[in-house]
Amino acid sequence: MPYWLYLVIGGIFINNFVLSRFLGICPFLGVSKKTETALGMGLAVIFVMGMTSIITFGLNLLLKELNIEYLQTIVFILVIAALIQLIEIVIKRFAPSLYTSLGVYLPLITTNCAVLGVAIMNVTELATQNIFTSFVNGISSGIGFTLALLIMAGIREKLEYSEIPERFKGFPITLITASIMAMAFTAFAGLSF
Amino acid sequence: MSGKTEKLTFKDITSPLTNGIINNNATFRLVLGTCPTLAITTSASNGIGMGLSVLFVLVCANAIVSLLRNVIPRKVRIPAYILIIATFSTIVEMVVRAFLPDLYDKLGLFLPLIVVNCILLARVESFASLNRVIPSIMDGIGIGLGFTFSITLMGIFREFLGAGSFFGIPINPIITAELPMTFFILPAGGFMVYGLLMVVFNSVVDKIQKFLDNRRQVNSGAKSIKGRISLAETETQGGK
Repeated sequence: MPYWLYLVIGGIFINNFVLSRFLGICPFLGVSKKTETALGMGLAVIFVMGMTSIITFGLNLLLKELNIEYLQTIVFILVIAALIQLIEIVIKRFAPSLYTSLGVYLPLITTNCAVLGVAIMNVTELATQNIFTSFVNGISSGIGFTLALLIMAGIREKLEYSEIPERFKGFPITLITASIMAMAFTAFAGLSF
Repeated sequence: MSGKTEKLTFKDITSPLTNGIINNNATFRLVLGTCPTLAITTSASNGIGMGLSVLFVLVCANAIVSLLRNVIPRKVRIPAYILIIATFSTIVEMVVRAFLPDLYDKLGLFLPLIVVNCILLARVESFASLNRVIPSIMDGIGIGLGFTFSITLMGIFREFLGAGSFFGIPINPIITAELPMTFFILPAGGFMVYGLLMVVFNSVVDKIQKFLDNRRQVNSGAKSIKGRISLAETETQGGK
């Protein structure tokens, strides 16, 4: 089995970013009230993660060349912040309809730990590191994030109509729902090969 | 910003501290910084390590942002804040790597990820950029201690149930290393413990708050008949 396919299945199911790696929990809890907004956020995250993976991989080669790898975190977060600003400007100029649907979520992604997480993971954890595996890892992690976000949003829409004990309303019931989802996703660990 | 000439009162200094630990508890009240809360709380000592790292970064970032609050232009404040936070989180990362390699291995990815921990950006933006240096530092200490307390508490629960130990010392007679209750170490258990602890914490804090309010009313109200009437009213309301 090619390594990239392993990364795709791993990123979406086995090592799901939200439910097994605990990255990007804030938007997972915050932006999962409606399926439409969840989808918008998810698409924005996939896009940004793909772009970030490519750019930070290149930058890391440069950092290694100059022997200043300890600056990794600072450089990566600045690049991500700048990249998101740039994407926002470009989308606003050339795809106004996409901008109106993604616009609100783009600035939020800067502090989404999933994006910085995938950038750091690409240069520390992957077995074969090249620009293609980084890109695949970024995209499939983003898809995994979107999948979890969408399932959560679907469940929360139904939860609105159910009777929940007063104390459990809001975050607690969402966390317990997430726990049950995570339990289901644990079963994918059997897929590891 | 307007308070340049005003003197700091004792309350200005202590209230951010107590607020940070209880009323604005980052984990259970504000629900910020959830990623490390869930990911690294598989043991209590991890919780303390992570909490103190965040405490350090938060105090330093709050102090610097508060000092520069009139210098940083409004439009570029977010990148500026992120840069300040990233500097301190890199310092923490390098120090932990050099002096506590075990902890560094356990926290792994989540140590550099302190940069994007929403607690930091939220406090810097909503408190330090509007307040003077000393209250900002106290707010950093308060929020940091509250975060350390709550994630250590979560770590204690998960470690006790999942591995049967307390700070690495095996104490649970039923659950041992040979027969672990793996659920609580798995991600699913993290979500579950977090949700339940949030309910318990908020109920207990609300109960204590209500008790204190009632007692305050007794103390101040006993002086006058009017006070006694209002006390009676609150008691009947409490009875509902």
